[in-house]
Amino acid sequence: MKILVGYKRVVDYNVRIQVKPDGTGVVTDGVKLSANPFDDIALEEALRLREKGVAEEVIVVGIGPADLTAHLRNGLAMGANRAIHVQTADAVSPLTAARTFLKLIEKEQPGLVILGKQAIDDDANQTGQMLAALWDRPQATFAGKVEIADGKATVTREVDAGLETIEADLPAVITTDLRLNEPRFIKLPDIMKAKAKPIDVIELGSLGIDAADHIKTTHYAAPAKRSKGVMVKDAAELVAALKQKGLL
Amino acid sequence: MSKILVIAEHLDGKLNGATARAVSAAVAVKPESIDVIVLSDAPDAVAAEAAKIDGVSKVLTVARAENAHAMAAILAPQIAKAAAGYSHVFAPSTTFGKDLAPRVAALLGVSQVSDVMSVEGAHSFRRPIYAGNAIITVEVDTASTVVATIRTASWPAAASNGSAPVEALTVDVALPSHTRFVNLQQGKSDRPDLQGAAKVVSGGRGVGSKENFDIIYKFADKIGAGVGASRAAVDAGYCPNEMQVGQTGKIIAPELYMAIGISGAIQHLTGIKDAGTIVAINKDGEAPIFEIADIGLVGDLFKILPELEAAL
Repeated sequence: MKILVGYKRVVDYNVRIQVKPDGTGVVTDGVKLSANPFDDIALEEALRLREKGVAEEVIVVGIGPADLTAHLRNGLAMGANRAIHVQTADAVSPLTAARTFLKLIEKEQPGLVILGKQAIDDDANQTGQMLAALWDRPQATFAGKVEIADGKATVTREVDAGLETIEADLPAVITTDLRLNEPRFIKLPDIMKAKAKPIDVIELGSLGIDAADHIKTTHYAAPAKRSKGVMVKDAAELVAALKQKGLL
Repeated sequence: MSKILVIAEHLDGKLNGATARAVSAAVAVKPESIDVIVLSDAPDAVAAEAAKIDGVSKVLTVARAENAHAMAAILAPQIAKAAAGYSHVFAPSTTFGKDLAPRVAALLGVSQVSDVMSVEGAHSFRRPIYAGNAIITVEVDTASTVVATIRTASWPAAASNGSAPVEALTVDVALPSHTRFVNLQQGKSDRPDLQGAAKVVSGGRGVGSKENFDIIYKFADKIGAGVGASRAAVDAGYCPNEMQVGQTGKIIAPELYMAIGISGAIQHLTGIKDAGTIVAINKDGEAPIFEIADIGLVGDLFKILPELEAAL
């Protein structure tokens, strides 16, 4: 079985995001870029399934500009067998990403597609569900535990009410939640080895998909700030303050 | 004029309060009508609750045995079909809505607006990106159906004084059998639901152990609060993950939020910044939680909580 893994590059989660004063975007010049944390978890899960003998090949997929190669090399260094780079200079909506994955699925015929539940830049949380819909296959979102056997995936999902377990026939789409696993660190020798692994480059425009975006972002703003509060010195003062606000 | 279809969230025959919050967002669009759709094997009790929500024009029920559990792969084709004639489809931005709405959007061939914080116009919305560190205004092409999830913490629940008619709807669409429900493990609790509670008390790593967490439950019960936890406390095994408050857990907006022994990692703060009043109790006076707290108290939680209980 092949596993296709979405591997998006985003602004590193430690970077303090600054909105440009003119409201045209956030500052991304010179800021550190890293793999989307949920995608690292997706890749880790795929690698573990390969190590267990459930899968033979793990393919990382990135959609982005020409300089995405170095990022995909990290995915190869982590352990993916090969990479597919769908090249485009434009920002890609979740629907376009899902349509792109569907094209790759038609060619690669994977048994499983694992994506992060959301990217920490646009926080959309859509691509996996959209892909499953277009592919007409099961989706198991927000996975906290995955078991593959007998042509099906048994997935425990982290939902608001608790933990939901579902069974999905393969092929299927799984999206990862934080507690699924802890991704491995990349070791130096693996970075050297990754240089020899193949990266297929495909132009997004050559896939023949509708990449139009129905949603335009017209303005960026910084969030409203909470004003600085007061300090109280003991429990009695706290109770008094809360009673004054009518909260107790 | 807009016609909005709101997808009802429910479990065990009860309507989830997030649905009435999604209706509030629908009201803000100033539409011609707002219909709520209830998909279930036995929708009547949920539909009766939904019919009371102010602003609802009518409730549509789709009763099918396959709808016994909220599985996106099964619900989405029915909703996509029922969405014909509507300009907007709204779902609450809960794990239910986040799982389902994008699948509906893809079947309708449109993008989705996730986590709507405010409505600027029938096709214009504000939503957070980068864990709430930036807020964007988006415009949806007026020729497209607007599929959106509604950020529950940004919207009050619409009141329940209405009496909308309930209509049974037959949706003729083949449903897949490739995805099957196995079970749901719920933390059973008589405490107020975390996402709807007016007061929430949360514990963090500072609480120290699963056993020590009893002090948080005890205090919360005393003031009638829901109980939450930081990611650090959940990861340390002090409490189950459905109690996690923050960017990767639940985003909540209670009138009173009390953070006990929580340092205030950015991802936690993202989950609480719409709360009315934030109280922080922490032994470290430099903890980031004090940057956003309305009332802060530096000290030992194991000493302060009993004192607070005694003072009530």
